[in-house]
Amino acid sequence: MIPLSGDIPDSKGVICEKIDSNSVVRGNSTLKRGFAHMLKNGVVMDVTNVEQAQIAEEAGAVSVMVLDKLPSDVRKAGGVARTASIRIIEEIMNHVTIPVMAKCRIGHVYEASVLDETNVDMIDESEVLTPADEYHHIWKWDYTTPFVNGARSLGEALRRVEEGAAMIRTKGEPGTGNVAEAIYHIKKVNEELRTIKSIYDSDDKQELVKMARDLKVSYDLVEETAKLGRLPVVNFAAGGIATPADAAYLMSLGCDGIFVGSGIFKAEDAQERARAVVLATTFWDELDKVKEAQKMIDERQSLLGLDVKNLDLKMQERGSTV
Amino acid sequence: MSKIQIGILAVQGDVTENFLATMASMSELGIDGTVIQVKTTEQISELDGLIIPGGESTVIGQMSLVNGGLKKIKEKIESGMPVFGICAGMILLSKNSKDKVVGKVEQPLLDVLDVKIERNSFGRQKNSFEANISMEPIGISSFNGVFIRAPSVSETGSDVKILAKFNEKIVAVKQGNILATAFHPELTSDISLHKLFVKLVANLS
Repeated sequence: MIPLSGDIPDSKGVICEKIDSNSVVRGNSTLKRGFAHMLKNGVVMDVTNVEQAQIAEEAGAVSVMVLDKLPSDVRKAGGVARTASIRIIEEIMNHVTIPVMAKCRIGHVYEASVLDETNVDMIDESEVLTPADEYHHIWKWDYTTPFVNGARSLGEALRRVEEGAAMIRTKGEPGTGNVAEAIYHIKKVNEELRTIKSIYDSDDKQELVKMARDLKVSYDLVEETAKLGRLPVVNFAAGGIATPADAAYLMSLGCDGIFVGSGIFKAEDAQERARAVVLATTFWDELDKVKEAQKMIDERQSLLGLDVKNLDLKMQERGSTV
Repeated sequence: MSKIQIGILAVQGDVTENFLATMASMSELGIDGTVIQVKTTEQISELDGLIIPGGESTVIGQMSLVNGGLKKIKEKIESGMPVFGICAGMILLSKNSKDKVVGKVEQPLLDVLDVKIERNSFGRQKNSFEANISMEPIGISSFNGVFIRAPSVSETGSDVKILAKFNEKIVAVKQGNILATAFHPELTSDISLHKLFVKLVANLS
């Protein structure tokens, strides 16, 4: 089982208080990571307004992620991409019963604080937006609201966990409708996990210390991860997912769930496609259901997509490398 | 009783944690049985007991409708199969549910537990909390309640026994073969509630 404890001492995000003479604790690792556990086997959908959020909820999305623009439009628009309008986030929070997430810029402590103050259910420190700090990520232990971060490798994932991320999404290339990068990165993380697990199983402490240095992560976290043989937090796939088959394939590679960005609301059959992606994610291990889901969509209405080799902007590379 | 089979509804949510807590309970009680993750009607019809885990009730409900799973679960519960609903599972078992902020939302429910539910009753994720809960009616005086965007029970029918309250809100109930909690015992190391459920299935209590 993925451990739920992991708080650092005196973490500012943990609040102990009394409600009607009963003592309660909020914002600790059990509650933050536990929240991510409740999303497992689900689909989080990017939305930009209430109408899309309601379509997502009706289709069976486990949560919605609020953005100002969908990733493919961020790509087209250029300029600086920032956190979404608070008024729109609040309006969506008042109209759907499922959790509402929102993105802040990498390293932007105050965008994150404003989202925390807004009471969104989870904050995504995301490379889809323009980084605000090229040298640091947010120290996420300072917040009561849980965070999700992107990662392209085991080292990147564990460094984000060390900073307090309660959930990881292995990155793809957002807004491209091209699933290749998402597949590449989950396979890479899986391979690295297999490597450290085999080192752990052979009881070679010296080699594990060397791995921790290479990964730029504390030894304790590397050891815990190696013992577990998987990431120590819930891990979803993200970036470039456009069809039910994309989602099912990533689930089969061991992802705990799926983020879909432009893939749904930039397609012309959004409503049907949203339902189809949820169906394929739930029943990824039953091929007849995945086929049924794939039959619900029309390939001529898919997001056209981009070749990842010729991109002007690689979002996945944005933000501090350590 | 012969070997029992307990299923964890594996549509969406924290299935693994309930699987492990149930395995541990069986082994500690020395009960011969198996725990399986279930999705299809065929699997569900074989069960002696079912746990509906935490997750999003709208998703678990809708996706269980797809293959007739929801109907089969309802039949089984009505014919006496013990069921344990946790958080989203508690909502799904209920007759009636509305969200604290959004109000009434169309969602599939099993309509077997005679209660009204208020979803997201304690607020959003930032207000999720851990607190000590007492369940005196079932002899558990202290239990670490992990409440994540938790619902509460706002009204109960006459056959419903209230097991626990927190700040005047009802957070655990039992009605015959149905056990339901608003909090997540599977996220703690305390397996006493899962043990209680296993005993209910094995007909030992």
